[in-house]
Amino acid sequence: MSYISISKKDKEEMRAKIGVSCIDELFSSIPENVKRKKPLNLPHPLSELELKRYFEEKANNNQYSEYLSFLGGGAYNHFIPAVVDYLSQRGEFLTPYTPYQPEVSQGTLQVIFEFQTLICQLTGMDVANASLYDGASGAAEAVLMAHRLKGKSKILVARTLHPQYREVIKTYTKDLGLTIEEIGYLESGKLDFNDLRRKFDEETFAVICQSPNFVGVVEELETISKFAHDRQVLSLAVVAEPVSLGMIEPPGKFGVDIVAGEGQSFGIPLGFGGPYLGFMACGRNFVRQFPGRIVGQTKDGEGNRGFVLTLCTREQHIRRGKATSNICTNQNLCALRATIFLETTGKKGLKELAFQNLQKSHYALEKFCKIKGIKRKFEGPFFNEFTLQFSKPWSEINKSLRKKKMIGGLGLEILYPELKNCALFCITEMHRKEDIDKLAAGLEEATS
Amino acid sequence: MYPKDFYYTKDHEWIKLEGDLGIVGITDFAQKQLGDVVYVELPKVGTNLESHQTIGGIESVKAVSDVYSPVSGEVREINEELNDSPELVNNDPHGKGWIIKIKIKDKSKVEKLMSVSEYEKFLEGLNE
Repeated sequence: MSYISISKKDKEEMRAKIGVSCIDELFSSIPENVKRKKPLNLPHPLSELELKRYFEEKANNNQYSEYLSFLGGGAYNHFIPAVVDYLSQRGEFLTPYTPYQPEVSQGTLQVIFEFQTLICQLTGMDVANASLYDGASGAAEAVLMAHRLKGKSKILVARTLHPQYREVIKTYTKDLGLTIEEIGYLESGKLDFNDLRRKFDEETFAVICQSPNFVGVVEELETISKFAHDRQVLSLAVVAEPVSLGMIEPPGKFGVDIVAGEGQSFGIPLGFGGPYLGFMACGRNFVRQFPGRIVGQTKDGEGNRGFVLTLCTREQHIRRGKATSNICTNQNLCALRATIFLETTGKKGLKELAFQNLQKSHYALEKFCKIKGIKRKFEGPFFNEFTLQFSKPWSEINKSLRKKKMIGGLGLEILYPELKNCALFCITEMHRKEDIDKLAAGLEEATS
Repeated sequence: MYPKDFYYTKDHEWIKLEGDLGIVGITDFAQKQLGDVVYVELPKVGTNLESHQTIGGIESVKAVSDVYSPVSGEVREINEELNDSPELVNNDPHGKGWIIKIKIKDKSKVEKLMSVSEYEKFLEGLNE
């Protein structure tokens, strides 16, 4: 977008037009006692060259790229092919804001339609929306949707659902008078069925869990869905690491009613907090209670294939307070990147990517478990993340790894006080064998 | 055109007494105004409604409109056929296109609604 400055003359003309003699007059409605009298304490302006040097110096203080990171826990370090940046930064895609008018936005609408199609294929569901803010808000929307469908007041939430997702669910449902009950996990890391049975009651409307879950373990979605359906309640599943869907059967195959997840793994960089990409999908029968934008395929007056927003009566701009959600937008640029990523990676490519993640993480686990003072915490099957328990506090081990420029795993004690000396490790295609071996050596030294 | 034993509201709903229950739908005038109905949002059985409270929504190709309950009472039955065939509201608004059956709290309130002749006069007034 071009930058158009305004001259002194422009300002004078504008003031003359509206009959204002100085700019302060425009702020006359603000009480004097709250106005700032002194000028802001800002440094002198810099020339472009000076400014560039200033920020270059600051940027050089960043040491992140020198570090080898094994963090996961909802944010995943995956390769982003150059084609994703190149295509997503084309002006036609990058600059329009809320590009939903069919008359001028066929390209963008087609991308969203393709994104929805890809999400349906990945999750095994009938309908996907145009995306949501992130995995956490997606999970919360799934809970709200289940509540609209079933009424009642109690939601059973797996303790191994991402802790931040659980927080967002609490925030979103705060004023609905819902009871949120946590379902514990077994020694294997899987959902505790006895606990689920104990906490289920007449007021329950849905069960929500994550797979692979926060401690890395793949859940038995089929059994959980069957439990829910036998009791006429809904089964909701969250996928925080969608690369896993390259190998694991989609939640739709296991009878899950609503799937929500995080799409950051698909071509979206780790950006110290975002933007991320929420996705959501459900069965055809629930579409009227589905939140968010949906793009549909149609024909124009001449019979050509075209795309439009559809089922808008669920949405806020039409239904106001009776809308299914207050989200009236989507995460379009991120959805575009995910679409380009998935379409260029392809079915085979995604499978290969998932396979590499699986193989490398299993190699790593085997290697780490040979080290004295380290044991695998959960026996359940895992994809690219696993939990290790150490004979020493994690903080000590972490400190030693940092000295060797490694960001080891994610210490779990702060999120799960019961997981003493435990940390979560994530291995992706980005890690070479020598990287894993380097971490193994670092862990060996730290634990000895 | 408009059944004689029905009572009518200014929002173009009708109610017909059937024992303790009242059958509720929208009038032929309303369905014509809406155009082709594509979806009817129904309440849950057991919902307690006050008169003038929203029963649900009717979505047509032109608009979404709320349907209001003509009287206070409890929803006893909903017309589930509308889930698959919302067009019944267009084709047979005073018959198969009914929306809910309601257990009426106070029957005397029904007689305060418009009779068929009053409703027809009301419609004439709208046309002028």
